[in-house]
Amino acid sequence: MNLEELKRIREKAQKDVELRQKQSRVRIVVGMGTSGIAAGARDVLKTLVEEVGKRNLADVVVTQTGEKGLASQEPMVEVFEEDKPAVVYGNMSPEKAKRVVVEHVVNGHPVSEFAI
Amino acid sequence: MMEDIASHIMDIVMNSVTAGAEHIRIAVEKDPQTAMLSLTITDDGVGMDPDTAQKVQDPFFSTKTGRKVGLGIPLLKGTAETTGGTFELCSTKGEGTTIRATFDCRHPDLPPLGNIRDTFFVLIVSHPDVDFDLHYVVDGKDFRLDTGELKRELDGVPVNHPEVVGFLSKYLDEHL
Repeated sequence: MNLEELKRIREKAQKDVELRQKQSRVRIVVGMGTSGIAAGARDVLKTLVEEVGKRNLADVVVTQTGEKGLASQEPMVEVFEEDKPAVVYGNMSPEKAKRVVVEHVVNGHPVSEFAI
Repeated sequence: MMEDIASHIMDIVMNSVTAGAEHIRIAVEKDPQTAMLSLTITDDGVGMDPDTAQKVQDPFFSTKTGRKVGLGIPLLKGTAETTGGTFELCSTKGEGTTIRATFDCRHPDLPPLGNIRDTFFVLIVSHPDVDFDLHYVVDGKDFRLDTGELKRELDGVPVNHPEVVGFLSKYLDEHL
């Protein structure tokens, strides 16, 4: 592991760590139960993490939860925004996840065609 | 139902997380002499009493009781045992659980390994509070990563910070 690179990352990141801990504006939750994983939830979660990272969205947290109880609609993703009703997306794919990041998380318009 | 070994790992480790584990060791190793692949997952979660540890291995137990652990364990057990391997679950209540499965790589029905890199990546960045000790020693590759060490170097910067996510992604691409 390149310690010099880690040190650089640490110094750069420490500046906004406090901000992140205070309040995340958006929380994206992926259902990672057995049926979700079998339906491809891992790649959806990976895409969300990468897209949020690429855009350096420091106030967005991507996380996971267990079974959602709707196996036929897996992979499922929920988006929680401050002071707004949660939006549940079903039958997600990496491509759909990218659109959710751009249209919903960044621009504030839920992608109604994926919502369930 | 699980298309590859990497998906099995993802699923079994989710059980460890649900069980409140803070340290999870995942070892994927292949013995070049015997062509046996072994998967060992050890956690320090809540553990199970002997009765529960037996029942979670039974696929027909789950639907009636609404247990928290899904079908993942019987699925892994099935994959291991139907492809000439073995399955073992050891658990102690209050201490944790170890699951070990072996697979015969020469068996025609053995599912592919799948994308281990993505499974490790997603596990690390979606569980910033869990320390993962990862070992992947297969076909000449020898990858080891202890995210506990990484976190000490990061000194309070979470592993899911965009800067760290980018670093990890690159690190895994280069080494795994």
